[in-house]
Amino acid sequence: MREYDVIVVGAGGAGLRAAIAAQEAGADVAMVTKLHPVRSHTGAAEGGINAALREGDDWHDHAYDTMKGSDYLGDAPAVEALTRESPKETIQLENWGMAFSRDEDGVVSQRPFGGLSFPRTTYAGAETGHHMLHTMYEQVVKRGIEVYDEWYVTRLAVTDEDEPEERDCHGVVAYDIKRGEIEGFRARDGVILATGGLGQVYDHTTNAIANTGDGVAMAYRAGVPIEDMEMIQFHPTTLPTTGVLISEGVRGEGGILYNSEGERLMFEHGYANNDGELASRDVVARAELNEVAEGRGIEDEYVHLDMRHLGEERILDRLENILHLAEDFEGVDGLEEPMPVKPGQHYAMGGVETNEWGSTCVNGLYAVGECACASVHGANRLGGNALPELAVFGARAGRHAAGDVDDEPEITTGWDEDSEEGENVSPVPLGEADLPSAAKGALADGGRSSPPSAGADGGAAAEASAPEGVVEEAVQAERTRVHYLLEKEEGVNHAEVRADVQETMTENVNVFREEGALEDALADIREARQEYQHVTVEDPSRTYNTDLIHTIETRNALDVAEAITVGALARDEFRGAHWRKEHQERKDDEWLKHTMLSWNDGSPGLWYKPVVLEGENKSYEPKERSY
Amino acid sequence: MSTQHEHTDDGEPETPGDRRRAEKAARAAEREQEAADAEPDLGDDAVTLKVFRYDPEVEAKAEPRFDTFRIPFEKGMTVLDALIAARDTYDSSLTFRHSCRQAVCGSDALFINGRQRLGCQTQIADLEGDVVRVEPLPHQDVVKDLVVDMEHFYDQMEAVEPYFQTDETPDDDLEEQFQTPENREKIKMSTRCIWCGACMSSCNIAAGDNAYLGPAAINKAYRFAMDEREGENMKEHRMELIEQENGVWRCQTQFSCTNVCPKDIPLTEHIQELKREAVKSNLKFW
Ligand SMILES: Cc1cc2nc3c(=O)[nH]c(=O)nc-3n(C[C@H](O)[C@H](O)[C@H](O)COP(=O)(O)OP(=O)(O)OC[C@H]3O[C@@H](n4cnc5c(N)ncnc54)[C@H](O)[C@@H]3O)c2cc1C
Ligand code: SF4
Ligand code: FES
Repeated sequence: MREYDVIVVGAGGAGLRAAIAAQEAGADVAMVTKLHPVRSHTGAAEGGINAALREGDDWHDHAYDTMKGSDYLGDAPAVEALTRESPKETIQLENWGMAFSRDEDGVVSQRPFGGLSFPRTTYAGAETGHHMLHTMYEQVVKRGIEVYDEWYVTRLAVTDEDEPEERDCHGVVAYDIKRGEIEGFRARDGVILATGGLGQVYDHTTNAIANTGDGVAMAYRAGVPIEDMEMIQFHPTTLPTTGVLISEGVRGEGGILYNSEGERLMFEHGYANNDGELASRDVVARAELNEVAEGRGIEDEYVHLDMRHLGEERILDRLENILHLAEDFEGVDGLEEPMPVKPGQHYAMGGVETNEWGSTCVNGLYAVGECACASVHGANRLGGNALPELAVFGARAGRHAAGDVDDEPEITTGWDEDSEEGENVSPVPLGEADLPSAAKGALADGGRSSPPSAGADGGAAAEASAPEGVVEEAVQAERTRVHYLLEKEEGVNHAEVRADVQETMTENVNVFREEGALEDALADIREARQEYQHVTVEDPSRTYNTDLIHTIETRNALDVAEAITVGALARDEFRGAHWRKEHQERKDDEWLKHTMLSWNDGSPGLWYKPVVLEGENKSYEPKERSY
Repeated sequence: MSTQHEHTDDGEPETPGDRRRAEKAARAAEREQEAADAEPDLGDDAVTLKVFRYDPEVEAKAEPRFDTFRIPFEKGMTVLDALIAARDTYDSSLTFRHSCRQAVCGSDALFINGRQRLGCQTQIADLEGDVVRVEPLPHQDVVKDLVVDMEHFYDQMEAVEPYFQTDETPDDDLEEQFQTPENREKIKMSTRCIWCGACMSSCNIAAGDNAYLGPAAINKAYRFAMDEREGENMKEHRMELIEQENGVWRCQTQFSCTNVCPKDIPLTEHIQELKREAVKSNLKFW
């Protein structure tokens, strides 16, 4: 068993920042990541980092924009932490050498972005995430932080008290992809999850193939509630063939959306008379789909994004990467013709419930970055608000885990006196699948795979509850699961199960949501879960077995897809990115609250928690959100 | 920590578990072969992939070989798309790295029709010939199928102190450093590297000499040496690093790295510029 003070799972922007902060606070840190750090999807971020850096701007305005953008489902203490600390973190990145674009006078450049009252999106060309990721990784190399790359974390080592709020996280179990061995990692002070997005539950997404929601699913099964999972952002400008993102920066710089009639749709069809193309993402995504539905789409599928009028010089200077993406992935020359675009899954606003320090309700377990829900994005994330979230909350959680913080959090985690029990909305059972043949089936999905604990024997039980014992037990459970998957003879392939999930999610749990379709999706997911009980790994090898990894990821995708859909069905209102056909109103009387889902050892239950609109010095009163 | 079960490399199964595993492997190999040989009639619109296979642990793959897959062609299909289709429909043990699908993560540098390219950035329609031949990056140890060992590449990257350092350590209060747009432009191309390893794999010198830093690492050094924010002393330090015997002087200006870099980084030019700088700064001391 390996031992560290703090273990960071995932090495995208959030994980790297957390590791640096924990180490600076004196902790012995290791990072465990399924991809080499520079392969993380933070590298794909294009547009920029929101930070109130300049005279005339103010973090309070940034906070206000973010609360409004969230459609009042963001928690003010988290939003204020984000906006207050983003300038410092952004300058920190600059000090670490990040190659931001520069104005004539040598200061870092900023540009307008959707939903912002000030052009505060700080950028490095149209490849801001690439620069941010590499800059942070460079600092990790400089500090000599240990990185276990191509190690896949399969399970958290969490104790099993009845109430999640009483559980402790003592480490993780990881599978060394190159060697095919399972090992335990004990964390003396904390485990920080930074596993990123979950876009792979959809089939048209800007997310990487590795974005399978592992961290969310693992924390969920360990008892941590997951929050506002239905809140999925669909980005309005992705390339139709691949889902590759065309940054909002294009519209920020002045790019225009046209329908098949050549009309500037955002204005001519009244979707956003003030902000036009720069209205919030949910507004633009719906506008495009509406145009297509009303017969004004191109090839019945997409609209055009035109940036030619910006001129070659400006495009090359600020958006060069966009030209490469359009050329390589859609065969279009953005200097000569408009680019075809349509909405695609982009970002998960929901995730593992945390407070404004990244702590979950399980002692010693943290979550930061896209896998977490503090919540700073509520029902709709503003473009340029995720990258600062990685830095701000990565740093906060890193310091906290290393024992460097003793502030009392404003946001509570876990069940508390303000929580409210929810009703079951699902037409089919949720959670753990029925088992085809007692024990074996459970192993296929890793569900109840802990070996029965040593009950009667007091000595063994005490040993098992010691931190090392908890990790060791988790290791045994995972060895059994992997062994089972590798040994199983005949069955279905994970790719089929994954494709079924993606198909139903794309069909039924997309931008426009209807009750019947959501119910169908739950039934489909249930079926996929049953299928998964028969999953088999064809590749028998212990060397770099991606068949095995994808099989385990698919299990995670199932849990995550189900959670998104249940939340979407429960929330019968229209808020932010969540549009419901039968419920076209934002219902503040009823729904100023977060959707919470708890695993409950295999029989998930919904409950609710009020949103926190009280900031440090003011309250953010819900207003109508128009752009 | 020991593994649950050990492997016997020489084929003689020892435990029932080992035997089952061996049998399973044999069956898997058979299935693979069948899948690979079966050529469903896909009409004219099909791509033929010839893919390198190797797994030291699986008997049927312990000797490197090529498998053939026929995949239905779709408009806009990349080599990565075709590999994924081959894996997900015919043989789930087909192994390769991939993640972003958009040429930023650097996972899928492969040897495609005799040239280093990113699978995700290579349109099948742009390739010549009827067959797409996919091999792991040459000059690197193969771990399995198309996966190569990147450790050596990472070591070389880390050997050049690939992190920003300034002459003066700034005090606690963070302040923005200035950089002229011209200087940012100067380092721009060098900052685009995605650590894919294509350049290193294409370089004859690096192939023959493991100690050579190689184009990507030297480019990384260039990125910092040319950044005016680092300061003069640091620049001198950086020049020393790349001037050492395994540094810039090894480059014989063959341009192979520049030709394959998926990010169009003018690697050879950067190396040449560093050589000129080195000469200049050495003259200064004479
Ligand atoms: C195309 C695109 C463009 C974007 N542009 C912007 C933008 O301009 N501005 C903005 O603010 N936001 C943007 N976003 C959003 C933002 O980039 C992401 O939300 C953010 O980068 C996620 O960072 P992360 O560190 O949470 O996760 P990631 O960077 O995805 O990293 C996840 C890490 O977790 C590891 N991991 C995952 N599962 C496991 C496991 N089981 N075991 C071990 N390791 C694991 C992976 O190896 C990886 O290192 C964009 C997103 C996309 C997709
Ligand atoms: S320099 Fe180019 S080819 Fe070499 S590793 Fe970087 S991106 Fe790849
Ligand atoms: S898959 Fe990321 S570079 Fe090709």
